[in-house]
Amino acid sequence: MIMLKVTDLKVNYSGIEALKGISFDVRQGQIVTLIGANGAGKSTTLRAISGLVKPSSGSINFMGRDITMLNPQRVVAEGVALVPEGRRVFPNLTVKENLKIGAYLRNDKDEIEDDIKDIYRRFPRLREREWQLAGTLSGGEQQMLAVGRAMMAKPKLLMMDEPSLGLAPLVVKDIFSIIRDLKSEGITILLIEQNANAALRCADFGFVMETGHITMTGAGSELLVNKAVKEAYLGSK
Amino acid sequence: MKKTTKNLINIALLLLMFVGLYFLEQHFGRRSMLITVLKKGAIYALIAVSMNLLNGFTGLFSLGQAGFMLVGAYTYAVLTIPMAKRMAVYQYYDGGIINFTVPTIVGILAAGALAALLAMLIGMPVLRLKSDYLAIATLGFAEIIRAIIQWDTLGPITNGSNLLKTYPTFKSVIPVFAAATICIGVIVLLINSTYGRAFKAIRDDEIAAEAMGINLFHHKQMAFIISSFFAGIGGALLAMYQGSLQANAFKASMTYEILLIVVIGGMGSVTGSVIASFLFIACSEWWLRFLDTETYLFGGTVKLPLLRSGFRMVVFSVVIMIVVLFFRKGIMGEKELWDLFTPKKKKEGIKP
Repeated sequence: MIMLKVTDLKVNYSGIEALKGISFDVRQGQIVTLIGANGAGKSTTLRAISGLVKPSSGSINFMGRDITMLNPQRVVAEGVALVPEGRRVFPNLTVKENLKIGAYLRNDKDEIEDDIKDIYRRFPRLREREWQLAGTLSGGEQQMLAVGRAMMAKPKLLMMDEPSLGLAPLVVKDIFSIIRDLKSEGITILLIEQNANAALRCADFGFVMETGHITMTGAGSELLVNKAVKEAYLGSK
Repeated sequence: MKKTTKNLINIALLLLMFVGLYFLEQHFGRRSMLITVLKKGAIYALIAVSMNLLNGFTGLFSLGQAGFMLVGAYTYAVLTIPMAKRMAVYQYYDGGIINFTVPTIVGILAAGALAALLAMLIGMPVLRLKSDYLAIATLGFAEIIRAIIQWDTLGPITNGSNLLKTYPTFKSVIPVFAAATICIGVIVLLINSTYGRAFKAIRDDEIAAEAMGINLFHHKQMAFIISSFFAGIGGALLAMYQGSLQANAFKASMTYEILLIVVIGGMGSVTGSVIASFLFIACSEWWLRFLDTETYLFGGTVKLPLLRSGFRMVVFSVVIMIVVLFFRKGIMGEKELWDLFTPKKKKEGIKP
């Protein structure tokens, strides 16, 4: 089943066209990745879907509903959560407060406590640091917190913007194994990465973006061995 | 610690405070320096906490506090002057045009309400601005409010630039503390609620807060309105403390005084603001007063240098510079007094 359908999406930043009409689908239960160089429009795509920027034309359809012009609150309420680029945890709030903010739009108070415990089970490191300010965590821990915070919204679709950015290689490995775990639990993931190799390895489907267009489409394993992709993004000839 | 025991301890501490105040007042007398400082300190504490809610907890750098205090002070004074005294007070305006008087408590609440209403209107345009621009805009609005209140055409209501007086005041320190305690208590409850958490999230990272589904404008406006409500009440209390009221006193420098208290106490700490308020008022009204009086030693033969009217403010400025340079996080940083007594992990009682 198609969960997210983006059709001919265009976004302008004060006259500069960042997205020049892209179309792609995300199927339920899959990991879909957008790869591409800096400035290709990957982050803009996520920002448009989550309502943080308004597209100039095109449509975004989520679970059969048009969410193109909804504001961010409504998009979160529909079940789309964003793990923003650079983690963006709230540095002066404790780990627990960060998680509670993730559940801001939920009204089921009792279940929120249970879900926090769930997050702690998944990331025991966060439980140890429950009362620590998020700004004092290491990069990897902050990324875990950012993922946990997004999960607290109980999303149907989790969008991750460069989760491996600025992290040590070992931590990057952890992050990708977390992404696989989330998938095995039935969460649909739209992943943006510059680390094309790692992203394509765990993705069911991939799209290659270049200067506001989607230039290539294919299963993750296909793109991984595709000659053009290899030359441009995987650094091997 | 369980929540109920914690509440009991808090109530016991508050009772103890009021009993202590009662005995202090009995012992030193209502007009003593100590009691005067305590009265003004409590009022400033309320105003500083209300400003901290905006500047320290929501991250909105607003400098409009004096304006909202002014609205509160005038609302209270205008509404509560007894009918019999109006002719004398509004002597240039034929007794004014307000033909009713409300009870003290209604006057205080009206003071908060009008300040809040004004904040709602001003907030619509200015809360779309960020950081310095917001500060400039709110500062400007505060000055405009002062100019309007002093406007001669509004004289029948505000008495123009003449003194307002003979409205009901308080004699004892107890009602001031009661009012300030209740208001600060409400603000603390708000800060610890889901809304308060959203305020802090906005302060830390607006974009991330928006991505979590927090409506930025709605929350900023709420913080602005609530802060102004309590600034209005603080203004009313200040009017009561002073006994007479003139718009001229509510200049931008009053906002700076309060901002200073907030910074010295620690942005994002309620107890910091409270402690700093009492310290600030005690220093400026009492402990550093001697700097302002010319002093002669050895039977009037040797005059101590520097001590003269105005020198107090020089010393004060130096103290402030030292604080800003070396204690940048203020007395309390972002901690509260009770954080110092409870080890971090035990806070709220961690459940396995």
